[in-house]
Amino acid sequence: MKKVWIPLTYLVFIVLLIIPILKIFTGSWAEGWSGFIEALTRKQSLHALMMTGIIVVVVTVLNTIFGVMLALYLVRATWLGQRIKNLLNSLVDLPYAVSPVIGGLMIVLILGPSTALGAFFEDIGFKIVYALPGMILATLFVTFPLMVREVMPVLQEIGAQQEEAASTLGAYSWYTFWHVTWPSIRWGVIYGVVLTVARSLGEFGAVLVVSGNIMNKTQTATTLVYQDVENFNVVAANGVALVLAAFSVGLLLLMEWAKKRKEVH
Amino acid sequence: MNIRFRSRWWSFGFRSTIMLYFVLLIVLPIIGIYTQSFKLGWTPFWESISDPLAWKAVLLTLKLAIIATVINIFLGTMIGWVLIRYRFPGRRLLNSLVDLPFALPTAVGGLMILLLLGPNSLVGSIASGMGFDIVFHEPAIVVAMVFVTFPFVIRAVQPLLEEMDKSEEEAAYTLGASKSHTFFNVIFPSMLPGISSGAMLAFSRALAEFGAVVLVAGNIPGKTLIASVYIFGEIESDNPQGAAAVSVMLLTLSFLILWAVNLVQTRRLGK
Repeated sequence: MKKVWIPLTYLVFIVLLIIPILKIFTGSWAEGWSGFIEALTRKQSLHALMMTGIIVVVVTVLNTIFGVMLALYLVRATWLGQRIKNLLNSLVDLPYAVSPVIGGLMIVLILGPSTALGAFFEDIGFKIVYALPGMILATLFVTFPLMVREVMPVLQEIGAQQEEAASTLGAYSWYTFWHVTWPSIRWGVIYGVVLTVARSLGEFGAVLVVSGNIMNKTQTATTLVYQDVENFNVVAANGVALVLAAFSVGLLLLMEWAKKRKEVH
Repeated sequence: MNIRFRSRWWSFGFRSTIMLYFVLLIVLPIIGIYTQSFKLGWTPFWESISDPLAWKAVLLTLKLAIIATVINIFLGTMIGWVLIRYRFPGRRLLNSLVDLPFALPTAVGGLMILLLLGPNSLVGSIASGMGFDIVFHEPAIVVAMVFVTFPFVIRAVQPLLEEMDKSEEEAAYTLGASKSHTFFNVIFPSMLPGISSGAMLAFSRALAEFGAVVLVAGNIPGKTLIASVYIFGEIESDNPQGAAAVSVMLLTLSFLILWAVNLVQTRRLGK
């Protein structure tokens, strides 16, 4: 049986994953080096990549801080009842069940220009929907569970004993966190960061709905790929897609590395 | 001021900020969409979801997501098994490649499928020569869903296979059971919780998928328009009410699935 299954597995991987990735690489060279460079140095490409960069950085920083803290509270906090903890714990996964398009729609419904809140913010000169803040919000929503779900199991596994010992010996909580908790959750957090970066880099549905996909204003790299395909400009779409795919493969390698380190520690 | 007192206020503020962030970001929008879709009462809600295009889109999504999930159950069980049980060159590489669909932007995934199976490609032209259309028809949507949900079953089955006790399997062989008999009566039952929770996650992801599908589906209303693309269309044509109604249907379904997955997992851990 072994003789059948291993080649079959190889076949599935080659057809489903390896050929498509290679196709992106060859496709973006269809018009040679100059076609690729031209696709990437268009004004809208540079702007879209910059928008994606801003979103990735802001979202990763915010969700790392809030995700780690929420995980700490959900595992350790004594000021929350067990029932409430269980409830909050199951709420964390909600964004997984929500289609990205629906995630975007939620933000439009609550903060869109025709709602009371949205109108208020617009009056004070702070546009949310069809602008960068809304796109960041949408991405924050979609990527929120990733960090919490990486850090919680590690915290549960290491137990509270060391931390309790540290605070009994008189260490302040910040001190305890940095010197006792952090070293043991470090690789979990790094893995969570990689996942968050990958997801926010590739987020499409939610951002498309919230941004309105306005060229040179609210267009991100993924929504630019979409627009290029819609305009039958496949070579240009390929160029941008290649940059995104290269980042993803890089992140995948990082993931493997972080996973290995996580197992060691 | 006394340090202890000050730090208590500080930590109270800190805790409230984290909890507020969580509630505002995750819980409020979900409550918002449910209240929005029922704001005008039952009748408009009912009208929105009884629009033939709307329920056709939801049914089509269900059908294609089920097909994609079944395909992934077979592929995932096989690949999970091969990657854990056999040692062969390239195993580690394949094992890390499994996560590629998670790491790759879904729009890029859609573009890849379009390039490989589209009308100008080799596969696409052969298939259309035989009178079989892929891109802008249902098969392409299934391919996109399979691609995007590929890692779920594998990643759910692998840990179970790893921690499985080999002695049960050996006992079965010693007692004279055939290979297939052992597989279906000893090994398969212990893989089942992983297969089912992986399949449910894959199914709910397939229901929700947008990026990969919108590029390859052609989005013909009533034929290849799936639910998430329908919702997007409604938002674009400035009908958030209709979009919210269909969203609520889809969301409720996904929540039920998520709840079932949690139930399966806690039962397994409780054992």
